[in-house]
Amino acid sequence: MADAVGEAVARVHSSEWSRIVASLIRTTHDWSLAEDAAQDAFEKALATWPSSGVPDNPGAWLTTVARRAALDRIRRGNTELTKMEEVAVMERLNETPSDDIDDRLRLIFTCAHPALPLEARVALTLRTVAGLTTPEIARAFLVSEPTMAQRLVRAQRKITHAGIPYRVPPPEQLAERLSGVLAVIYLVFNAGYTLTDDTEHDSALAGEAIRLGRLICDLMPREGAAYGLLALMLLQHSRHAARRGLDGEIVSLDDQDRTLWDATLIRQGIAALDVAAKHGTYDHYQLLALIASVHAVAPSPEATDYIRLADYYAVLARLDPSPVVSLNAAIARGMAHGPAAGLAAVDAVAASGSLDHYYLLPAAQADFLRRLGRADAAAVRYEDAIALAPDGPERRYLERRRAALRHP
Amino acid sequence: MQYLLLFATAEDGDPYVAEEDDIVQWVQHTRSIGADLGGERLRPPEDATTVTRRGGRTIVTDGPFTESKEWIAGYGILEAADLDAAIELASRHPMARYGQVEIRPVWSLNLDLGDAS
Repeated sequence: MADAVGEAVARVHSSEWSRIVASLIRTTHDWSLAEDAAQDAFEKALATWPSSGVPDNPGAWLTTVARRAALDRIRRGNTELTKMEEVAVMERLNETPSDDIDDRLRLIFTCAHPALPLEARVALTLRTVAGLTTPEIARAFLVSEPTMAQRLVRAQRKITHAGIPYRVPPPEQLAERLSGVLAVIYLVFNAGYTLTDDTEHDSALAGEAIRLGRLICDLMPREGAAYGLLALMLLQHSRHAARRGLDGEIVSLDDQDRTLWDATLIRQGIAALDVAAKHGTYDHYQLLALIASVHAVAPSPEATDYIRLADYYAVLARLDPSPVVSLNAAIARGMAHGPAAGLAAVDAVAASGSLDHYYLLPAAQADFLRRLGRADAAAVRYEDAIALAPDGPERRYLERRRAALRHP
Repeated sequence: MQYLLLFATAEDGDPYVAEEDDIVQWVQHTRSIGADLGGERLRPPEDATTVTRRGGRTIVTDGPFTESKEWIAGYGILEAADLDAAIELASRHPMARYGQVEIRPVWSLNLDLGDAS
């Protein structure tokens, strides 16, 4: 019984948390109060539902309890509100909440406001929109709990003190601000996608990011850019189960067991790409998603449409002429037109000098040299890559590739 | 809300071109919407004087309180609905192009000055 209730609470938490917090912020104008009161309501649900049963409308139950909890906290003087604000806020809390106002977009845009430091935007989004606890966010970003708590409090104070508005930006600012929101979500996703030795953490963050991406698409169904990002995350995440071997080591795309790829996520990703194509112009996320989709539909590495891949990368490199993208475009060129063309393209990127400390550059050179049969030159470049790679699965992967040169 | 705008120089700002300086239009616009609570240009740091009082003594030093490549060239006080409105106005000020604008929310002291106020 307790387990069933725990599951019910978890389910309602994931669907209702942001709605409750968002509405409380609009009513109280006090972010910490809103969060604390929402937390109180969920704790009360955990404590009382096992005996009273799960209410028919858990969301409405939680909203009512959260508003009462906010009133209690104000009466106990546990807020930063002035006396005058308290009276106004208590009056608003006592009114019947209207069900038809969805404040979640306001919440999302305010969390991602450019006047907040980037790391605070990410933390605030995870706390107030995704409903992660402060200790969970602290663990995800490898900082201490007090540091993360401080970061959240500072951001919430700045919202109040600097007068950051609680609203969806007007149409003339929407595109720019939406791209800021998407950047925050992609940062959360990437924090979960970069392989560390903590697999559970990786997957949970990626899952949260996808949930946030879906929420934005539901709330702003006309925004192609949001679908582009959702498609990208779904397609990258579809390979999740195949990215590590049984020993926990990283498995390169070509060596992955494609039967482990999640067909549902791939289907959803491609569907999201179709929506993005209908609404938007080709942006960064959409191109990355198109690239991921080329891999996703290929039954084997050999069957990959490398020509299309190289085309997408070339467009991407024009859109975003950063050295890392140029390197990826060069690698794609090699896959489409052979290792000699690839090596020449990567060497051209190397000549710019801006990627001198980036391990994937010598790794790419090593790979093309190996395929050209120049094992000695390849070994030297693998050594360079290993020296530059971060400690962990990525470096061990390179070490295995270098070792394989001697025992082909 | 009230905001103080600090107009500062910046190394990567556009070079100043007198004919493109639209400060008059900016002031006219902020006045017309009732957002302008005053502001002025400031003499350069060479003309600054810093004052402290330590151990009952007044100490006067030449120059600004921090030495840096960037310096404050002017200020303005705005009345704006929220930070986005202040950002919008600040972004149209010519110093946003030639330099940079720092926006600081005014934090009222709420002093009780009695009858003397």
